[in-house]
Amino acid sequence: MASEKVKTFTDNNFDDETSKGVVLVDFWAEWCGPCRRLAPTVDALASEFDGRATVAKLNVDENPSVPGRFAVRGIPTLLLFKEGQLAETIVGLRAKEDIAQMIERHLGA
Amino acid sequence: MADRNVVIIGSGPAGLTAALYTARANLKPLLVEGLEAGGQLMLTTMVENWPGFRDGIMGPDLMTEMRAQAERFGAEVMQGNVMKVDLQSRPFTMTFANGKSVTTDSLIIATGASARWLEIGSDRKLSGHGVSTCATCDGYFFRGRPIAVVGGGDSALEEAIYLTRFASKVTVVHRRDTLRASKIMQDKAFANPKIEFIWDSEVADVLDGGKGEVESIVVRNLKTGQQTTLPLDGVFIAIGHTPNTSLFVGQIDLDENGYIRTHAGSKTNVEGVFAAGDVQDHIYRQAITAAGSGCMAALDAERYLEGLSHHHPPEAALQTTT
Repeated sequence: MASEKVKTFTDNNFDDETSKGVVLVDFWAEWCGPCRRLAPTVDALASEFDGRATVAKLNVDENPSVPGRFAVRGIPTLLLFKEGQLAETIVGLRAKEDIAQMIERHLGA
Repeated sequence: MADRNVVIIGSGPAGLTAALYTARANLKPLLVEGLEAGGQLMLTTMVENWPGFRDGIMGPDLMTEMRAQAERFGAEVMQGNVMKVDLQSRPFTMTFANGKSVTTDSLIIATGASARWLEIGSDRKLSGHGVSTCATCDGYFFRGRPIAVVGGGDSALEEAIYLTRFASKVTVVHRRDTLRASKIMQDKAFANPKIEFIWDSEVADVLDGGKGEVESIVVRNLKTGQQTTLPLDGVFIAIGHTPNTSLFVGQIDLDENGYIRTHAGSKTNVEGVFAAGDVQDHIYRQAITAAGSGCMAALDAERYLEGLSHHHPPEAALQTTT
């Protein structure tokens, strides 16, 4: 269902994939209702920022290590990384426009 | 001429039932989903009191079905958020987060209610790091760990029971010495060996010890004033809901708790604006009563539109401008 522009991150490739540029990661799971609501927003952001920022999803069920490292104990959570550093955290649902503005802010600086 | 006969804001049982009925009346409704699309049932698991499903139905599945049913009859469901409404001039105008707007001859407000937080600040700060208002979303993160549930109603006990699948122990903290929850939920909770109760108490603070993750809560006994610290890893808040009416302040008559006042069915004080579901109901708050009131709002809107001289014939209503 997810757009092909959205990358899939795992415990194994996470550090490599987040090391460069601006990267938005959506922490989600199959059983999480709000995560399903956020999914179309994440898909749309991936298309909107294609080539400028990376948009990815990480399934917390299959990848328990990364959520633990970043103290993620609730989903959906969006983490934004810039050059490998955690720059922003959004917990819960947020309008697409707000998330887009946040990404823009980090792309501009 | 308005873009629409009827716009519905909200996509829980009230909004989707209003969409189903207005679609079947050939009014070509536009339904704006809102941020918490699908409403509160999206946060539940098995719904056992929706008539017609003797073995229960999963909340998110029920909402998927309701939405598909409304769409089948021509309701247009739009992702997005209404940021502003103008109910002072006619037709009414809704402006969306993306800056676009739509005008409509009638409006059905079904924006529902959202989970209430404690009024202590530290709970919101630690949201996603041990504090949650959604057991089905976040229970998973507390496998083998002690947690607390705050509240004494049906949803609090339902969350507590659900969370015993993961947690080593669930402590229910409740302000009174009796529960508001239904007898069947109370029996289930009392029989569960993992659930304990702290009565007559409130959560005074949530502490993280500077680690950015919940470490303990401070519980204050309301009768003795005594405070105790309870070490745990998670807190689930189930102390009720607040209506989502900030959009309408100053334009629609609200009661002292922020709920929309309705009269003679689903009518608000503004002619042509109707309200359904939890946004106007702090008493029943059931999926089935929300759906019922959504139906009422649809029939009331239909009758209102029939009375308007410039009401579009169904053919004209086919044009969309969003």
